[in-house]
Amino acid sequence: MRTTEQTIDEILNLAATHFKVARVELSPDDDLFKKLGIDSLQALELLTRLENHFNVELPDYEVQGVTDFRTLAERIQSRL
Amino acid sequence: MPQNSNPQVVMIDLSKHQSLGSALREAIDKFADETCLIEADRERENHRMTYREFKETALPLAKFLQDRGFKAGSRAAIIMTNQSRWPISAYAVFYSGGVLVPLDYKLTASEHLALLAHSRSEVLVTEYHLWRAITQSEEFKEFNVGTVIVTDAPANAELHGAIRWEEPDVEGEPVFVPRKRSEFACIVYSSGTGGRPKGCVMTHENYLEQCVSLTSLYPFWPGVRYLSILPTNHAIDFMVGFIGPFVCGATVVHLRTLRPEFVREAFPRYQITYVALVPLILKNLQAGLQQRFDELPPLKRFVFDRLLAVNRALTKKRPKLELSRKLLKQVHEAFGGELRAIFTGGAFSDPQMIRFFYDLGIQVANGYGLTEAGTAITLNDLNPFRADTVGKPLPGMEVKIVNPDADGIGQVAVRSNTVMSHYLDDPELTFETIVDGWLMTGDLGRFDSMGHLQLFGRVKNMIVTEEGKNVYPEDIEKAFEGLPVKEFCVFAANYVWPERSMLGEKLIIVLRLNEGQEFSEELRQELIKRNNRLLNFKRVSGYVLWDEDFPRTASMKIKRFALADEIRQKLDRQAALKEL
Repeated sequence: MRTTEQTIDEILNLAATHFKVARVELSPDDDLFKKLGIDSLQALELLTRLENHFNVELPDYEVQGVTDFRTLAERIQSRL
Repeated sequence: MPQNSNPQVVMIDLSKHQSLGSALREAIDKFADETCLIEADRERENHRMTYREFKETALPLAKFLQDRGFKAGSRAAIIMTNQSRWPISAYAVFYSGGVLVPLDYKLTASEHLALLAHSRSEVLVTEYHLWRAITQSEEFKEFNVGTVIVTDAPANAELHGAIRWEEPDVEGEPVFVPRKRSEFACIVYSSGTGGRPKGCVMTHENYLEQCVSLTSLYPFWPGVRYLSILPTNHAIDFMVGFIGPFVCGATVVHLRTLRPEFVREAFPRYQITYVALVPLILKNLQAGLQQRFDELPPLKRFVFDRLLAVNRALTKKRPKLELSRKLLKQVHEAFGGELRAIFTGGAFSDPQMIRFFYDLGIQVANGYGLTEAGTAITLNDLNPFRADTVGKPLPGMEVKIVNPDADGIGQVAVRSNTVMSHYLDDPELTFETIVDGWLMTGDLGRFDSMGHLQLFGRVKNMIVTEEGKNVYPEDIEKAFEGLPVKEFCVFAANYVWPERSMLGEKLIIVLRLNEGQEFSEELRQELIKRNNRLLNFKRVSGYVLWDEDFPRTASMKIKRFALADEIRQKLDRQAALKEL
C-alpha cells in the first residue's frame, strides 16, 4: 500500500514527464492547471493517465474543483 | 430550413403559456411515456426515466422546497455537472414559481460563494464534491443559503448542514405556482468572477420566445436524442439540452464524463441526434478525425478523398443529410448514424473547422449569441452553407449595425423579446448596455448582401477563449498588483488595435515604467511569475512599454478607452507589442 506522499510523488513524476515540465519545479501544493499550463481537456488526459497508472477509476465530477496535486493525490489514495 | 423538418414534430403550443413552469408541466404530462432522460457514466448507464418518472421525482422536491418556505420569486441556485438531477431540480424550482440561478460548476469555491451571495439564493442544489470545496473555502463563514441539497454524497460524509438528495420524505402534493411572462425566470451570470458580477435577469418571455424561434430551425420530437456536454448553466445547453427537447418530448442524454474517448463512444451507443460543444472540444474532435483519415492506407485514402469531393460538390447549395450518410457511411456510423447537427457555443468558431465538418456532411449550426440576448441572435440557415458568416437573424430578432464605418462595420445591436430584463443590482451597467430598447452587444459586425451577419472583433475590452470563457482584463489586473513599475493596465490586444477578427484574441499588459527605469530581465521574470499565478486562459501574452502617465478620472480610475486610443494613435501594434 502506498502512502499519500508516495502517491503525490508518483503523480508529480507522471505530470512532469507527460507535460514536459522539470520535475523539480513541481510541488504538491502547486495549482496543477497553472503550473503545467494546461486546459480542461489536457487535465482530463492527465486523469486518464493517472487512472491507468494507479489502476483506479476517478469520476470527472469527483475531481471537479480539484486544482492542486495534493488534493488530487488524496482523492486517488482514497480509492486505492 | 435545414433537412431536420419532420412531420412528427409535436411541440406543445408555447404561445398559450405564461411561464417555463407551465410549459414544462403540459409537456411532461403530454409525453408521459416517452423517454425523458438517460444518464450514463462512461460506458455504464446509470438510469433512464420517462417524463412520468421525471415528474414523480421532481414534484416531491418541489413540495420539500415549498414546505421550507420557498415561494414565488424565491431564488434557487444549481451548481452541478451535467446530470439528470439538474433539470429535475430546475423543474421543481419553476413549478414552485421560483427564480433559477444556474451557476458554472467550473468556477472556484470562492467564486461560487460570491455569486450565491450576489444572487441572494435561498436554496442551493449541488454535488458533494463541489459542496465540500465550498465548505473548505475561507469565505464559507459568510455562507448564507438556507437550504442546501447535495447529490452524490458518500455514506459517512460530513455535510455541514446540507441535506442529502435522497433524504427528503414528503407527503402531499406541491402547489403549482403560476408566473407571468414578464416575471423573472433565471439569473444567469455572463461573467463576474472579478469585481463586478454580471447577473443577467432573464424573463419567462425571453425563454419562451427563444424556444419558439430556435426549434423552428432545429426541431425536436420524441425519439430525438440530445447529448448534453456543454454545462447546463450555459444558455445554449439550457435551451437545447433542457427547455427545447422537453417541450417536444425528446430525450436528453447526460454523460458524466467529458473524456474524449467516452464522448466519442456515446454517439453510436445512444444514436445521438444533436450535441452542443464549445470550439475547443470540436477542435479536438476534428483533430481525432483528421488523424484517422491520415492513417488510411493510400488506396482507401484516395477513395475517401474522392467521396469527400463528391459530397462537397453535391451539398454546395444545401445540405443533403441522407446522401452524405450514404457517401461517407463510415464517418457517419462513427457518430451513430443519426447525428443531424452540432451546435457550437460560447465562443467564435473557426470557419475552416466548420467547413471541415460540413464537407463530411455533418452540419455545424454556427451562430452568434450572448447570454444577455437569450441564447442565439443569428444562426446559419444552411441555405446555402456559409462558413464565413454567423448566419441570419433568428425569427423575432431585430439586428442593426450602429454607427457603421465606410465598410459598413459597426457595433451590433439587438432588439427582441429574448433580450434580458436587466443586470441584477447594476442599473448603471444596464443603462449602458440597453439603449432605447436595443442591446448593445459590444461586438463589431456588418451585414452582407445576402443578409448574413459577419463579425469583425469587439468594441468591448474583453476576450472569449476557445473554451467559451469570457475574460475581462480588469478582472485579472489583481495578479499584477504591486508590480515594480509606475503603473500598468491590462487590455485585450484587439481593443487597442482592432484586428477585424474574432480569432486568436489575446491579453496584453501596458507598462509605464518609473523615471529612469529600464525594462529588465528581472522585471520580465516578475511578470512571468505573476502571469503563472493565473489560469492559462487568463494569462497575458505580451507587453507594451508606454512612456506617458495614464489618463485618469477624478477618482483616479484609469480611463481605459482614452488610454487605448492614445496607444493606438502613437504606437504600431507589430513594433510595440512584445511577446512575454
